[in-house]
Amino acid sequence: MSRVPHALAVRGLRKRYGSVEALKGVDLVVGEGELVGLLGPNGAGKSTLVKIAAGLVRPSGGRAEIAGARAGTRAARAALGYLAELFRFPGWYTADEVLELHQRLAGSTGGAAERRRLLELVALDEAAKRRVDGMSKGMQQRLGIAQALVGEPRLLLLDEPTSALDPVGRRTIRLLLEELRGRGVSVLLNSHLLSEIELVCDRVAILLGGELVAAGTPAELSRPRGVELETDAGTQLVAGAARDDVPRLVATAVQDGRDVYGVRVLTSTLEDTYLEAVGGETD
Amino acid sequence: MFAVVVLLTVLFLFLFWLANHFVFTQLDQISPPADVNVDTRTFAGAFMFGLALFATLFLGVVLAVFLTIGVVSGDAERGLLQPLVVRPVGRSTLLLSRFLGAAGVCVAYVLAVYFAAMLITGLTGHWWPDRLVWPGVELAFGVVIVIGLSLLGSVVLSSTANGIGVFMLFGAGLVAGLLGTIGHALNSHAVKHASTIAAWALPFEALYQDALRMITENASGLTGFLLQLGPFGGAYVHGWGIRVWSVGYLVAVLALTLWAFSRRNL
Repeated sequence: MSRVPHALAVRGLRKRYGSVEALKGVDLVVGEGELVGLLGPNGAGKSTLVKIAAGLVRPSGGRAEIAGARAGTRAARAALGYLAELFRFPGWYTADEVLELHQRLAGSTGGAAERRRLLELVALDEAAKRRVDGMSKGMQQRLGIAQALVGEPRLLLLDEPTSALDPVGRRTIRLLLEELRGRGVSVLLNSHLLSEIELVCDRVAILLGGELVAAGTPAELSRPRGVELETDAGTQLVAGAARDDVPRLVATAVQDGRDVYGVRVLTSTLEDTYLEAVGGETD
Repeated sequence: MFAVVVLLTVLFLFLFWLANHFVFTQLDQISPPADVNVDTRTFAGAFMFGLALFATLFLGVVLAVFLTIGVVSGDAERGLLQPLVVRPVGRSTLLLSRFLGAAGVCVAYVLAVYFAAMLITGLTGHWWPDRLVWPGVELAFGVVIVIGLSLLGSVVLSSTANGIGVFMLFGAGLVAGLLGTIGHALNSHAVKHASTIAAWALPFEALYQDALRMITENASGLTGFLLQLGPFGGAYVHGWGIRVWSVGYLVAVLALTLWAFSRRNL
């Protein structure tokens, strides 16, 4: 039985710009229908990795494959949708015309129905006939996401998709990402917004100095920070304790004659994990 | 942008008509001495239309450069290019489409201005060039070569550097052409040789010179000799050799552009 290739498979990926080594042998996989968040400070190599996957940048070594095809090839480009961090559409195009252009470039046969569906998906159905230069930055960002979804790609590469959005716009995108995951679309999301990644991503990869320093589900990446016991004597933090220790801690407190009102298992947030992984390195 | 181009072109053609009107009205007053046998109408017509050829080439090159100056670097900096090149249609198709689009606009523009100028000179001064169509075709193809060079520049240079570079190449070509005329007037082998090398290296200039040659190719005697010496004189590299070379040159430039673009990080 043949195995379905990963939506994105990156093996030993290296990229050098002159004397600067942007990627130093990165391995990363985005499975079918998986939403993976890419984190790291500026200059960590996140955008370079996404650009290599999109075929915009040539790697110096290693391999990146989209749905089994080498990144940059026609087959790989046909399987992906991409939203660049900095992008622009011709100002004289309407939203509908932008999508129509990309349908033609992508060879999509979805027609007007696909365009209507995509504009509804990003809450721009009322602005189908509005010209790009008459749109706010947030609307253009949402149009960019709709553009990336033209042709029903297997893999969506999103480079800072919410950077220009207000909280409502971010929520719209978050809901959209969850819907896409429900439809089986794989997503690699490069974002600085930890809370956003923590909320929607199945797995998180943290890059630092061109190397992958941590990867896993948000739960796997979190560290136990102790157990908080609330008794009649007050609130007590048992540092180093984990979820498995709770029955023993409660039993001990009861044996000591305490009334136990509450127990809370404390774990690190993604932000704590991230700061730990990057060693406090700032942008 | 196109409104500005149309407006300035109409202004140029109006001024060109005005100049023709005064030159041909006063043709009797600018006659050479009686013992010099020069066909003044041919002399004036060739000079005026030669000037129009230069202006047409210049305007065509300006249009070509501004249409293509930032096709790769400029559009990549502004983020216009990335959403397009990740599509299955690919980089080569996109770049060739831009080339054909710019070439179509520029060829139509150059031919329109060329024939308009010819009509103005012909109807005002009753002088028509010896060859009607080929000079315009060569002029237009010269502009297409500049488009190819500008596209190549846009892959490897920033928009500003590319614009400066292409205009400097254009200027160098024109200077080399004038140098050839001077070299022949002085019969300097070294200057003629340098001019010939420049004509082959920058064939848009050779095509322009050949277009100038063709508009008076039947002029003979002292009139023909004087026209050869003038700033809009004949070509010293001409014929099918330079035409075939120009086509090969353009194909090579486009191939190099596509190769460089396929390897460029965006």
